[in-house]
Amino acid sequence: MTLTPEDVAQVALLARLRVSPAEVEMFTEQLTKIVGFVEQLNELDTSNVEPLAHGVEVFNVFREDKVEPALPRAAALANAPEHNDECFIVPVVIE
Amino acid sequence: MDMTRLTAVGLIQEYERKTLSCLDVARGYLDRAEKYGRLNVFVHLDGEAILSRARALDAKRASGAAMGRLAGVPVAIKDVLCVEGEPTTCGSKMLSNFRPPYSATVIERLLAEDAILVGKTNMDEFAMGSSTENSAYGPTRNPWDEERIPGGSSGGSAAAVAADLAPLSLGSDTGGSIRQPAAVCGIVGLKPTYGRVSRYGLIAFASSLDQIGPFAHDVADAALLLGVISGPDPRDATCVDAPVPDYLATLDEAPRALRIGIVREFFGAGLDPEVEAAVRAAIQVYEDAGATVREVSLPHSKYGVPAYYIVAPAECSSNLARYDGTIFGRRSADFSPRYPGEDKLPPIVRMMMASRAEGFGAEVKRRIMLGTFALSAGYADQYYNQALKARRLIRNDFDAAFHEVDVLVGPTSPTPAFKLGERAADPLAMYLSDVYTITANLAGIPGISIPCGLTKAGLPIGLQLLAPAFAEESLLRAARVFERAGDWHLKRPPLA
Amino acid sequence: MNYTLIIGLEVHVQLTTQSKMFARCGTEFGLPPNTQTDPVSLGLPGTLPVMNRRAFELALKTATALHAEIAPFTKWDRKNYYYPDLPKNYQISQYDLPFSRGGHLDIPVRKDGTGGGICRLTRVHLEEDTGKLTHGAGGYSEIDLNRAGIPLMEIVTEPDIRSAADARGCLEELRLVLRYLEVSDCEMQEGSLRCDANVNLHIETPHGAIATPIVEVKNLNSFRSVERALEYEAERQFRQWQEDGLTIKDAHKETRGWSDPEGVTKPQRRKETAADYRYFPEPDLVPVVVDDAWRARVKASIGELPAARRARFEADFGLTPYDANVLVEQGRDVADYFDAVVTKTSEYKLASNWIQQDILRIAKELKLTLTGFPVGPDELAELIGRVQRGELNTNQGREVLAKMVERGQSAEAIIEADGYKMVSDRGAIAAAVDAALAANPKAIEDLKKGKKPDAVKGFLRGQVMKQTGGKADPKVVLDLLDAKLAELASDG
Ligand SMILES: [Mg+2]
Ligand SMILES: [Zn+2]
Repeated sequence: MTLTPEDVAQVALLARLRVSPAEVEMFTEQLTKIVGFVEQLNELDTSNVEPLAHGVEVFNVFREDKVEPALPRAAALANAPEHNDECFIVPVVIE
Repeated sequence: MDMTRLTAVGLIQEYERKTLSCLDVARGYLDRAEKYGRLNVFVHLDGEAILSRARALDAKRASGAAMGRLAGVPVAIKDVLCVEGEPTTCGSKMLSNFRPPYSATVIERLLAEDAILVGKTNMDEFAMGSSTENSAYGPTRNPWDEERIPGGSSGGSAAAVAADLAPLSLGSDTGGSIRQPAAVCGIVGLKPTYGRVSRYGLIAFASSLDQIGPFAHDVADAALLLGVISGPDPRDATCVDAPVPDYLATLDEAPRALRIGIVREFFGAGLDPEVEAAVRAAIQVYEDAGATVREVSLPHSKYGVPAYYIVAPAECSSNLARYDGTIFGRRSADFSPRYPGEDKLPPIVRMMMASRAEGFGAEVKRRIMLGTFALSAGYADQYYNQALKARRLIRNDFDAAFHEVDVLVGPTSPTPAFKLGERAADPLAMYLSDVYTITANLAGIPGISIPCGLTKAGLPIGLQLLAPAFAEESLLRAARVFERAGDWHLKRPPLA
Repeated sequence: MNYTLIIGLEVHVQLTTQSKMFARCGTEFGLPPNTQTDPVSLGLPGTLPVMNRRAFELALKTATALHAEIAPFTKWDRKNYYYPDLPKNYQISQYDLPFSRGGHLDIPVRKDGTGGGICRLTRVHLEEDTGKLTHGAGGYSEIDLNRAGIPLMEIVTEPDIRSAADARGCLEELRLVLRYLEVSDCEMQEGSLRCDANVNLHIETPHGAIATPIVEVKNLNSFRSVERALEYEAERQFRQWQEDGLTIKDAHKETRGWSDPEGVTKPQRRKETAADYRYFPEPDLVPVVVDDAWRARVKASIGELPAARRARFEADFGLTPYDANVLVEQGRDVADYFDAVVTKTSEYKLASNWIQQDILRIAKELKLTLTGFPVGPDELAELIGRVQRGELNTNQGREVLAKMVERGQSAEAIIEADGYKMVSDRGAIAAAVDAALAANPKAIEDLKKGKKPDAVKGFLRGQVMKQTGGKADPKVVLDLLDAKLAELASDG
């Protein structure tokens, strides 16, 4: 398929990437090319094939419900671009 | 004696003979790292910390305490692995100030075995690339030819061992990111079975494909390091609870009636003739050593790259969603509306979009875009689900082949190291660097690249061997059969 | 014009685990912000989720109790959307293969005889909770991730509910079942039980039946607000339809938030520009296979549920549906208490009355549950026996009970110490009756004038009890008083 600049702009919004008009153009061309390449997969008849999502197929891996010490709050906040004594800070989120 | 020329196994022997101290060795490697700083192998190297670790290990040995399996062995770490309190950047501007409050399981295992961590190595941003050119911290240079790429994405870790800046290093392999740089840097690189090594603390690129693995000069060193990092981990649900054999102890047991399969599809168009010749010669070595060699087919091989370029970007688009400037990583200072339509977006959305646009490089953005598209409503079935079905077919091919042979062989990379910048403008050409390595990740099986020759221009060539899941023991032994017959693993780059 | 209200509920229940769903930090409510996180719940680079076995088992238990079909194979999926309270910007949830499907909830008839029936369930699945955002005044918001990663069970009903009262009834019964199962404490105030409602109207018009656009009502923080919001929404949607005539075919689902103080629902902004969650299988977790043995184990672990208990209380102890329900709906401790009392007495009705009128009142006053209540079921049964045998009258029994709670002593000790013996001696009571009549000539006058005889008799009875210090056997008092008054009447 051929992606349109509108497709690319919508994908960029979904992916939360700010893109300039020039980047939209570049991605439109590159993604169209890559998507065209991966479309070879459509040659395959996969009507009776189960998808394989994992590298190994194992089941039922659990851990017991035990609490381990929390991170000290200062350590939890240490990598934040902005924080106060208690919380991570972000630009206002309008509900 | 130049201790930086020793293998890990050799170094451990010297320590046991008390001919070397950890401090001597640490100093030797630090001097060398400084001397070859121009290769841009390390993105972070804390000399003081390394020396004090070395002193502590010398003291431990002097006290008569039992030493770990990697006592005093320097190990360079790809910057995709979290080390508590140390910068961990993943080759990205996004994480230029990130210091994880915890260490990866493999790091804890190295430390428990008394290894010395010697710096974080350069890589393609978020492990996306085959040349280490996609690093925010500049490309790493191939020690064999500094105008060429060291492969990627673990180019720094491969170059570190190739240039003797560390006897061992760790990399990660999602589509060939250990094996391809090992091949083009003339060393051994092993991607374990998916689930053999804990991924806890490995910054995810594509979770269903990523594995951590060793780089080394020879198969014995790779076996040693693999043994240390392998085994179940309660912090990784995908890490399989299977016993870890003593890979090193059984290495020289000759494999009984070794059956080798030559993958027909790995010798097609695009394969460099010098690479092909070296690989064919290697196969002859196996025949001479008494192995049964036959041709096998993996008919869905050609779908490996397209399936990979759906599955990996899809997972990456989700794994990298967390880098949005809210609770860690880079936040853009200016997210006021800039391009048409942005004025309609709330500030929090603009903040995330601007932060991600500033923090990520072009290749990462391209894959996030591709993966987001492949998973989006209306396309998931045609692209993502179809890729997972192709993945099943690829796995079935391997299952069938391993009914007939023990190990598959072929080239690791279709070409030797290419020139810096040569494929930068053409993402598809770059993606084809991994054409022979990608299917092992999709199938979850282990693979190793070992040196098997040099081109006329003096560039290393890698031989890839693939084995069934959790058959690392026979994979290593088969690799050792070839290694023992020649001296390719002893070659060193002509570094000035 | 006639309309039918169509309601489906989406309930999120916090499971009672010590640690989070995929991380090892704690789940305690009300701690200072960001003191209950670890690298996994912060979604730090390199971290991986590992499934909490207890969370999965509690969810299995719930779905089994709700008669749902347990999937033999279930997996985890990522629901991708960017929001600052979601550290990884994806929620680990279940999409196409949830661990259970179908099921239903039996809802009891209300006191007034309305309601009751079956509410079918669509599915029950597991997912992780998000953090909490607080919107500050200074142009910024604060994020607290204590709650991020707490195990949530999402229970979705079919649109089977036809009134606001039924919606409330359904939710109350669901809470009761969950509390009986001990899978959640279901505190709506603390957010451990959260309910959203999907609601629209089916309207009969002269031109055929139409459906109004579906509205998802959020921010329902109490059972009362569920009922009020849905009543409001029904009227609002009808008014809206009369104004604009829009039907389900003309408009997308709208999200509205309930404002309790204002008593209205208001439109809410949507989180995603377009709801495209890009679900895909969570590669960091492995699927779960539930075999027959596991299913059987879970089934065996489920005790008697409220509906079965009500039925048994009616059938085995002859309680009215009303009484059976009161004992059951108060919680498992109350029904267990009743069950224990009736192993020691066959006065089932009395036992039910004593629990409903006295034990529950005292427990409420003292803010106690009946688990470990100071007067145990055996002791209550013993007290009931004394009242039944006439050793104590009801008032005395109440006083003794109060003192048993207060002093932690047996009924016998209190009766002994405080001299609670019922006077049944006819001679002594007759004397007291005579004295009461002598002291209240006006009452007898009133009676003769034809003033309500019951009221006069009640007054005189009280006077007799007073004379005997409350210890007279009320039956004997009535007996003798009747006889005396009859005597007086014939004299007159
Ligand atoms: Mg977020
Ligand atoms: Zn939910």
